[in-house]
This record gives sequence, structure tokens and C-alpha cells, in this order.
Amino acid sequence: MNDGTDRNRRPVKFAAPFKNGSMKILVLIAQVPDTTSRIAFKDGGTAFDGTGVTWIVNPYDEWYALVRALELKEAAGAGSITTITVGGADAEATIRKALAIGADDAVRVDAQPADAYGVATQVAAYAKDKGFELILAGKETIDHNGGQVGAMVAELLDLPYVALASKLDVAAGKATIERDVNGGVEVVEAALPMVVGCAKGMAEQRIPNMRGIMAARTKPLTVVAPVAADELAKAVKFELPPAKGAVKMIPADEAGKLIELLHTEARVI
Amino acid sequence: MSTIVFLDTRGEKLPKAAREAVTYASQLAGGPVTAVTFGDAQGLETLGAQGAGKVIVARGLKTVDGQQLTRLVADVATKEHADTIVCVHDATGKTVAPRVAVRLKAGHVAGVTGLPEGGLFRRNVFSGKARAFVEVKSPVKVLSLMPNSIAVGTGTNSATVEEYAGDPGPARITVKEVRKAGSGVPLPEADLVVSAGRGMKGPEHWGLVEELAKELGAATACSRPVADMHWRPHHEHVGQTGLAIRPNLYIAIGISGAIQHLAGVNQSKVIAVINKDPEAPFFKAADYGILGDAFEVLPKLIEAAKKLNAER
Ligand SMILES: Cc1cc2nc3c(=O)[nH]c(=O)nc-3n(C[C@H](O)[C@H](O)[C@H](O)COP(=O)(O)OP(=O)(O)OC[C@H]3O[C@@H](n4cnc5c(N)ncnc54)[C@H](O)[C@@H]3O)c2cc1C
Ligand SMILES: Nc1ncnc2c1ncn2[C@@H]1O[C@H](COP(=O)(O)O)[C@@H](O)[C@H]1O
Repeated sequence: MNDGTDRNRRPVKFAAPFKNGSMKILVLIAQVPDTTSRIAFKDGGTAFDGTGVTWIVNPYDEWYALVRALELKEAAGAGSITTITVGGADAEATIRKALAIGADDAVRVDAQPADAYGVATQVAAYAKDKGFELILAGKETIDHNGGQVGAMVAELLDLPYVALASKLDVAAGKATIERDVNGGVEVVEAALPMVVGCAKGMAEQRIPNMRGIMAARTKPLTVVAPVAADELAKAVKFELPPAKGAVKMIPADEAGKLIELLHTEARVI
Repeated sequence: MSTIVFLDTRGEKLPKAAREAVTYASQLAGGPVTAVTFGDAQGLETLGAQGAGKVIVARGLKTVDGQQLTRLVADVATKEHADTIVCVHDATGKTVAPRVAVRLKAGHVAGVTGLPEGGLFRRNVFSGKARAFVEVKSPVKVLSLMPNSIAVGTGTNSATVEEYAGDPGPARITVKEVRKAGSGVPLPEADLVVSAGRGMKGPEHWGLVEELAKELGAATACSRPVADMHWRPHHEHVGQTGLAIRPNLYIAIGISGAIQHLAGVNQSKVIAVINKDPEAPFFKAADYGILGDAFEVLPKLIEAAKKLNAER
């Protein structure tokens, strides 16, 4: 077991924040099934059945992380936004969508995401000597729902991390962030570089236009080979939740009966 | 080998989620566990009732700097020879648990919903539309417990409380301002939730929703378009892109029940739906339903809730 000290960590080199007033941002992009997908499993419940599924950019990654990165670059008037995805070649159409929205280039680490630690290991290995000032992840993927990868990348790179960020501003090498905490909102500050987990509120969704879609076709998408990564926690079986029983209908003119049933029958009030 | 449980206990009283996590950890361990916390919380000895033998508290730490808290937890884990670290799957846990897992090279299961079954940890995936069983392959495990997953233990023991003696290192995140959520029940902690959607027609009609919530002692929530149109504050938005909640009771008024909305509420124990459209998809996910106009139904519910309150 690691003894919990920083001793074994090699220092990570980062470029001075805002050299020439520009921002260098890395946005983590996961591919997930569309929000309306029918969820089914195959191979005896051990794997997701992607038959007929439309794949999209994870909404938190697209709507919040990527769009806020674009806004920051636009405000700075210069900079670059690179996306990184850990996934197979089948993820490339989704990656192009992120490019169509406005990222400058994309990296795909050619590995099937096995667990959050594996994904974070790949992202950290790529990012460690590239001089990114900001690394933006989504709050969570809508399929895995872990909310783990961003924090793990931060730990691997020995960087600060703010989860559940609903606002992000950058000035003079510092980020000011609003984050949801238990029981309220905190405004926090940290020096760049850092990692941020992006949630609702940070930006408004942008629909890619025709020009963006055309431009995306020729933007660089680099495939890099994965580093070795341990698998520490693996989902080995999936199942659908038990079906709900039939709904008990209460006539509208006796609506008060609902309160009675919630008290005496369901015993929740 | 031992089990430790990391808690955010700041606030006026110890959060229910913290007591749940201690209960979970001690059931998992089959005996007393060591709790680790920070800040100036009082009444920590009462965590003994849920199975904490000892509480180690870093009084000097007042805020959630993930790196400091990670050093704290990893240090205690090492000193206590812990092979299991339980956290809460809340804002603080999401900042700390994955980092601790990396530091200890431990498998992390985010959002476990119960004790292991055949060595596998159950958690919800696909936004509540399915569940997964996770195998942890490393000798050390980090488990983040989903709030509202286990009944709080009710023992009579008292825990010993000791101050953390180590050095959690410097903070790299500074807190500039803290805004407490408004009065009333915070939504993520609420056992009862009254929620409304576009069917309420406009913000001026929310008085009815709030009155029902008040009578029931419930928190209020809303659908995404309602927050987007600024009828209600954003922190009330539940669903796939908002908050995921799992109260004992979720009452949905004038909400169609789109799949993205259900993703945030389908883990509720009991769902009651009020909608004037018999085809509203929400009825399929409901335990109780009223087909009718919210503006006629709500006053009846408020009246019945007042009557119930008067009787007890
Ligand atoms: C990627 C993605 C993510 C999304 N995330 C979320 C999310 O997190 N949360 C969320 O809520 N939505 C989300 N949505 C939007 C979702 O698809 C629905 O559009 C939304 O939930 C609808 O809100 P609503 O039910 O309030 O409104 P509507 O769909 O307009 O439904 C209003 C309902 O009120 C009923 N009604 C009308 N008048 C009355 C009356 N007088 N009395 C009783 N009933 C009445 C109607 O019959 C109808 O069923 C997301 C969409 C996408 C594409
Ligand atoms: N395979 C992946 N490739 C790149 N980024 C990812 C991948 N999986 C997750 N992420 C990022 O990590 C965030 C949290 O994911 P998760 O821990 O799976 O909930 C997502 O919102 C993405 O930004």
C-alpha cells in the first residue's frame, strides 16, 4: 500500500499561466448513449447492449466544460482547446461533434475505458508534460455516473480539483469558481493549473453550425497509444431495476385521499 | 485490517448522511470503526450510536480542500491499517474519495447503495435506469455511500473523540465566500419532496406548491424548463442534468415525466403524480396518481395535509 505521502511523486511541469494572454485548455470528452436510449444488456448481463443506440458527447462535457472553455478562449482572444477521449475508433464521430462545437484539436487514447482509474491514468499520462493551464471534466458521465475521473486526474497530476463547479472565471493565472457544497454554494479561488468538474450553470449549450461541422472534418484528431493501467474496480454484472407495480389512481375530486394513503398505506408522511 | 469512515460533519447538526455512512461502515466491518472528520462539529461522540468506536477530528481544517482532506484520510488510513474506507457520495465525498483511492491505489466504488452481495457492490448506472455490480480488485477499497441507502443505526454507545495530530499540508484552494442554501429543507437531504413543472403555468402559482411542501415538511424541486425560464432557482432543478435525489416521497405536479427528468427522481421510494393528461409518461413510473387539474387538486391536498397535521 502507498504510504500516503507525496514522496514518490515526480514534479509535473506546467507552462506559466497565460503566456501571451492565451489559454491552453484540455477538455475531457466521454462518449455516452443518448439520454433517450433504451438500456439493455447482453452476454448474460455482463455488457451494455449498444444495438440501435445513438452516441453523444456526455452532456456535462459538452454543454458546460467545452462551451465554457470556448468562452474563456474567446474572452482571452487567444489560446487553444484540445479534447481528450479514452475510447475506441467508434468514438470518433462523437469526438468530431466536439470539434464542430469549436475545439481546436482532439486526442483519442486508443483504449477501451475499463474503470475510472484506467481513464484517469490515460488522461494524466497524456496531459502531464503538455502545459495545460486548465483541465476541464464533466461533473459525471450519464452512463457510468461515477463523478470520479476529474478528481483522479487531479490526484495523479498533484493538482487542485474543484468538483461540481457551476461558474468558472479566470484572470491573472487564477481561477475563481462557484461550487456546490453540502448545504450551499462556495466561491473559491485557486492558482492555475488545476482541474475542474463542470456542472450546470457554467455555460449555455451551443448548437454546432454548418461551418463548424465542415471545419471539424479537417481538424486534427490524433490517436495515441495507451499506457499500462491497472483495473481496480470493474462492473461485472448489470441488471434493470425491478418493474414498478401498477399505479394506484385516486379520483381528482377525492384528491385529499392521497395524503391519507401516503400516511396510512405508504407510511412516508 | 480495519475500516475507517470519512465524514463532512460541518453544520449545525450532524448530517443524516454521516450517520448512515458510519452505520454502513460498522455493518460492513462487523464491529466498531474509526470515523475521520474535520472542522468544528460538536456532538461527534454521538456517532458511537451508529458504530464509531473513535472519531478523529482535524479541527484546524474548516473547508473542503480536496488535497488536504485526501492527505488527512490517507494518513489515518495508513496509521489504522485500513483496508476499507467509506465516504459519503455527496459534494465533499466526490472531491475526496476518488483522490484517496488513487493515492492508496484502491478500487473506488462511487455511490454504493447497499452492503455487498456475493462480494459485489451495487450501484446505480445509466442515471438510475439500471444497476451495476462492481468487483473491487485491489486489496484496499474506497466505497462512497449514496445518501438514503441504509437505515441509521440506533445504538447507545458513545465514541471517543480525539484531535488529529498530523499535518494535512497547505490548502491550494481558498474560500472567498460561502452562501448557505435558503432556509427550509435542503433538497439533497430531504426525505420528502414536492416538485412541479411547466404545468403550473407560471411562477406566480408556486405559492400552492410551497404551501403543500410546508404542510408536509418537504423540500421543493422543479423540472428543467421551469429553472431555465427562471420561474424557480436552478438549485431546485432535478433530473439527468440537475440534481439526482432519492427521497422517501416525491410528489410531481404538472411534470410530464420525460426520461431525463425521471433519471433524477426514479430512485425515490414512493412517487405520486398529479397531471391532467392521462397519457403523461410519469404515471408509468408512479405509485399513486391523480388525473386532474393541479389548480383544483392542490388546494384539496393542502387541506388534507393540514387536517393530518392537526390530528397528530
Ligand atoms: C439531454 C437532455 C437533458 C435533460 N435534462 C433534464 C433534467 O435534468 N430535468 C428535467 O426536468 N428535464 C430535462 N430535460 C428536458 C425534458 O426532456 C423535458 O422537456 C422536461 O422535463 C419537461 O418539463 P415539464 O414536464 O415541466 O414540462 P412539459 O413537458 O411541458 O410538461 C408539462 C406537464 O404538465 C401537465 N399539465 C399542464 N397543465 C396542467 C394542469 N393545469 N394540471 C396538471 N397538469 C398539467 C401536462 O399534461 C404535461 O404533462 C432534458 C432534455 C434533454 C434533451
Ligand atoms: N472515456 C473517457 N474519456 C475521456 N474523458 C472521460 C471518459 N470517461 C469520463 N471522462 C470524463 O470524466 C468525467 C467524469 O466521468 P465519470 O467519473 O465516469 O462520471 C466525465 O464527465 C468526462 O469529462
